Amino acid sequence: MTPQDDRPASPATGDGAPHTRREAKDAARQEEVRLENAAETAGGELPPPVVPGTAAALGTGPAPDSTLMQRIMTGNALVAFLSVVLSLILGGLLIAVTDQNVARASSYFFSRPQDTLAAAWTAASGAYLALFQGSVLNFEGETFTRVIYPLTQTLTVATPLICAGLGVALAFRAGLFNIGAQGQILIGATFAGWIGFTLHLPAGIHLLLVILAGMVGGAVWAGLVGLLKARTGAHEVILTIMFNYIATNLVLYFLSTPAFQRPGSTNPISPQLDATALYPPLLGPAFRLHWGFVVAVLATVFVWWLLNRSTVGFELRAVGANASAARTAGVNVSKGYILAMAIAGALAGLAGVAQVSGTEKVLTSGVAASFGFDAITVALLGRSSPWGTFAAGILFGAFRAGGVAMQASTGTSIDIVLVVQSLIVLFIAAPPLVRALFRLPAPGAPRAGKGGSTTRTPASTGAAA
Amino acid sequence: MSTATTARDQSSSPARGTGDAGVRSWKNPVILAVVALFALLVFALGAPGNDVTFRLSEENDPIVLPSIVVSAPVVGWIAALAMLALAVLAILRTRSGRRIPTWVLAVFAVLFLVAFLTWVVGSARTPNVALYGLLAGSVTLAVPLIFGSLSGVLCERSGVVNIAIEGQLLFGAFAAAVAASLSGSALVGLLAAAVAGVLVSLVLAVFSIRYVVNQVIVGVVLNVLVSGLTGFLFSAVLSEDSERWNSPPRLPVIDIPLLADIPVIGPILFQQTIVGYLMYIAVAVVYVALYHSRWGLRTRAVGEHPKAADTLGVNVNRMRFMNVLLAGVVAGVGGSFFTLVAVSGFGRDMTAGQGYIALAALIFGRWNPIGAFFAALLFGFATNLSNVLSLLGTPVPDQFLRMLPYVVTVFAVAGLVGRSRAPGASGIPYIKG
Repeated sequence: MTPQDDRPASPATGDGAPHTRREAKDAARQEEVRLENAAETAGGELPPPVVPGTAAALGTGPAPDSTLMQRIMTGNALVAFLSVVLSLILGGLLIAVTDQNVARASSYFFSRPQDTLAAAWTAASGAYLALFQGSVLNFEGETFTRVIYPLTQTLTVATPLICAGLGVALAFRAGLFNIGAQGQILIGATFAGWIGFTLHLPAGIHLLLVILAGMVGGAVWAGLVGLLKARTGAHEVILTIMFNYIATNLVLYFLSTPAFQRPGSTNPISPQLDATALYPPLLGPAFRLHWGFVVAVLATVFVWWLLNRSTVGFELRAVGANASAARTAGVNVSKGYILAMAIAGALAGLAGVAQVSGTEKVLTSGVAASFGFDAITVALLGRSSPWGTFAAGILFGAFRAGGVAMQASTGTSIDIVLVVQSLIVLFIAAPPLVRALFRLPAPGAPRAGKGGSTTRTPASTGAAA
Repeated sequence: MSTATTARDQSSSPARGTGDAGVRSWKNPVILAVVALFALLVFALGAPGNDVTFRLSEENDPIVLPSIVVSAPVVGWIAALAMLALAVLAILRTRSGRRIPTWVLAVFAVLFLVAFLTWVVGSARTPNVALYGLLAGSVTLAVPLIFGSLSGVLCERSGVVNIAIEGQLLFGAFAAAVAASLSGSALVGLLAAAVAGVLVSLVLAVFSIRYVVNQVIVGVVLNVLVSGLTGFLFSAVLSEDSERWNSPPRLPVIDIPLLADIPVIGPILFQQTIVGYLMYIAVAVVYVALYHSRWGLRTRAVGEHPKAADTLGVNVNRMRFMNVLLAGVVAGVGGSFFTLVAVSGFGRDMTAGQGYIALAALIFGRWNPIGAFFAALLFGFATNLSNVLSLLGTPVPDQFLRMLPYVVTVFAVAGLVGRSRAPGASGIPYIKG
């Protein structure tokens, strides 16, 4: 706790003595409000706090994982843009360095260096061009359908990423680090898939039930984590990781039982889902894009409403910002943990539905691919805000869809996408590093010395929950 | 991490304190009773009628011990009844408001393990298992876990959460494979693994200490980064010419003369590779250094109460930086196990989440090197048991056996072994001023 910490909260008193009469009055009134607040939070039972209420709320309490979010919010779009550029450059370097033509040309680097550079440029730009053509627009396509096909592929891949990313983001806002989206997607897909291929219902009702089942599956799986955390204080990072493994094995087990396994098959694969249980195609049968994307958009709107316009969302954010303060203010923190995890799980379950009744149409143990883990980076990149997550989901969907096309056309491994994605998140999380690399001035701090603009971070930044 | 936060919250809030304490103290006896009843139903009533053989040595070993042959129903009944008795004892203790002694839990766990082992092996097609092999295999499988959790101990004890253990192991494995292949020497590979671990640590340290980025985020992202990087290099370089890049020599198993011939203990302690011996040394060194040296005292001080340590003249962030780098050495060496001991050659994502299990072992072992060692052994045992049992052919579905370590972890972190408390300042960056 440093005196600097309450500067942003009370600008009038921050820079020493007030200059005018009016400012002095304002300051006095603020002081009054502050004292009132302090007395209120004490509830008349607790001894008066040592530090002023506002200051305490700002710094000392366990305000979980506010660093990244605050950081990105205070950091400007330029840093985000530069982070993407920097990551792409580094990824390009990696592609160039490992390229065989570059290796051949570099054997005579000192006699003809331009060959090496040209080969490096060809390798990197070729890969990125393929990435772009595979994710946005394919200029070589003959028909309009073929030209925009990559874009719809991007949205298809983005659908589960957005849903699961929203789940991670929502849990994040409630101060929970939800690494378990993978398991929640799997269980959600299992519930949804089972309804999809076991029951035979009329169109409409069937799909609705499938969606509901997927959400319930994810919510139960994640809610269990919330319950364990609320009741026993077990760490949700460990719990969700363990639940991922348990879910994978559980699904594998289910797929070996007669209720789930495709008749006549010895592989762990379910029967095809009924046609009535599938998301209809959104743009006609030529594209794989399905109505799941619309559901993802609706989910984003819902999460935005929940977080920013509802009482429940306010309580969840309060729990996330400072659990002790929220408890003092009368919020049921345990209920908040359970609720946040359950909603997060339901959202991840939607991602499972998007997979099982949108893209894959059967249930396998690989139905979740690595969407659950990618969702974490999506939520981080999206600053844990609903629309940020939506945008990040589309960006990463583009990377993934384009990566597949890139691997097919230029032979560059899709793993480069993981490298670029993780670099982006790393750089965005550390604006001072990006600023230093591009020699940008730090905002608001006139040539701060060692430590730079990092010094004003709240004390409890690292605590994940 | 939040375990500590929650613990602190609950103890400091008088309104919740009393009610919670009542609930929590009943948790263990109830769980014990349920487990004991389960044991009665399955291990005693459902016991197979045959005998079970546990072999302690092979016929051509220098010292041959007789095999242990037990009757499955007898063991099942004795163990189940003893577990019931312990559960009743726990309930009585709780009712009179006293603590359940630790030995009750320990004996209970051992009884459960014995009963389970007898039941599961007895139900197999061939009710005959090499006990020494089961144990030695567990230790071997636990080696990377132990290195990983020691890395976690070093980091978290100094106040930095290390989720990047997975990345450190994977990068260590990758570097070991490449360096050993290029140089033709497994020892060079071992050294390269340590360097690779340090590199991952360096990024973790720079971002979480210098740039105060949330440590959990850096860890998670680092794991993705290393997975992508090694995967990319694997397909772009290693698999193009695997003869040159990815055919490392394996580390030889070194038998210590005479000692290696001791039955049961010999294969566990004295038939290891260098990495295996290093593991035992590392556990001992970290334990002694952490609790009986100036460095250890400072590390723990920095992790518990950095401000106090700073006041007394310890450079908090430098201490943390050094510890994180050291943790990289440890985890990197552990990573070399995958490519120099287990199999010869690197494979995509070959650590397969072991880093996360190591993290669980660290918490299960209550942030103590010795505790983490035994927790990791338990995971190794569970993994090895499921391997062995699937060979023997058991009625339990394979997937449930594979689930076992994770379920155990959930029970463990949910407080069956008592509330574990993270170092006070773990996960909280220190900003001077």
